[in-house]
Amino acid sequence: MNGPPSPRSRTAAARWELWLPLALFAGFVALVAAGLLRPASRDVKSAMIGKPLPEFTLRPAVAARPGLTRADLTGARPRLLNIFASWCVPCIAEAPQLEALRRAGVEIDGIAIRDTTADLEAFLARNGNPYARIGADEVSAIQFALGSSGVPESFVIDARGVVRYQHIGDITPKQVPLILAKLKEAEQ
Amino acid sequence: MNRLLYALAALSIALPTAAQDKLPPAPYAYRQLDDAAQEARAKALMETLRCLQCQGQSIADSDAPIAGDMRHQVRVRIAAGEQPEAIRAWLVERYGNYVSYAPRIDRLTWPLFAAPLILAALAAALLRRRFTTGAGV
Repeated sequence: MNGPPSPRSRTAAARWELWLPLALFAGFVALVAAGLLRPASRDVKSAMIGKPLPEFTLRPAVAARPGLTRADLTGARPRLLNIFASWCVPCIAEAPQLEALRRAGVEIDGIAIRDTTADLEAFLARNGNPYARIGADEVSAIQFALGSSGVPESFVIDARGVVRYQHIGDITPKQVPLILAKLKEAEQ
Repeated sequence: MNRLLYALAALSIALPTAAQDKLPPAPYAYRQLDDAAQEARAKALMETLRCLQCQGQSIADSDAPIAGDMRHQVRVRIAAGEQPEAIRAWLVERYGNYVSYAPRIDRLTWPLFAAPLILAALAAALLRRRFTTGAGV
């Protein structure tokens, strides 16, 4: 039934080949497992790092703070530019860290994405207002010009108005020293 | 069981309001340009730009607010007379090639374009050898 017995060398080759599909399968499982356990980053990084800020002028988003123009972001020291919104849940989690940065002497400007004055004022009353200025970006135009793809995001801007660092997502308590270090780095 | 159902019902009500803004969509997010030729150019471009939040969709396909704002951006720029490829270049300058669905040949992507040509050449060479040796035997 099984045909004539093969020569010895042929059997060895066949035995090796027998395991090949299982090895391929194991490799495939390892690949999928790696993808599941460590998913690739979904962050879209801005390509604006190292480039000067685009020109922009944004009207004040709330009555209590002035609006924001490109000229406001240049000056003596690096500044933190925070992209946020009142409808953004991680922005609430980030608020205490921004307040800590402000107390550490960091000047923070905000750009509010697709927001209303009433919502923003309620958000700031509840979560604190660490911003020196807040510009209103109703159609995300400046967000696109910055290469930012969501809220919250923070950019370190040096004194010459060059984008030096992008932080995607909320700044966690552990990341406050990192932001301070990036601001210090931008002084050079 | 009932508690779980209540929790699920509460979630289904709470989630959409938590993740959405109250501002109406940007003027040209859902409104076509009056000039049909311009709208056609804008549409063709929008179909080849990636939504930054919903990353498997083009901005023409997506209802995410950020995709609406990107469509507004595209339509306003087309209406102002900008060329579609200039708008794509503007976005690529800010987000990298990732934002575009139209692949370009560069240092990273050339093997994708070269591989089929190399494989076809290899197949032609193998077939040629097989037929010529076949004729010889």
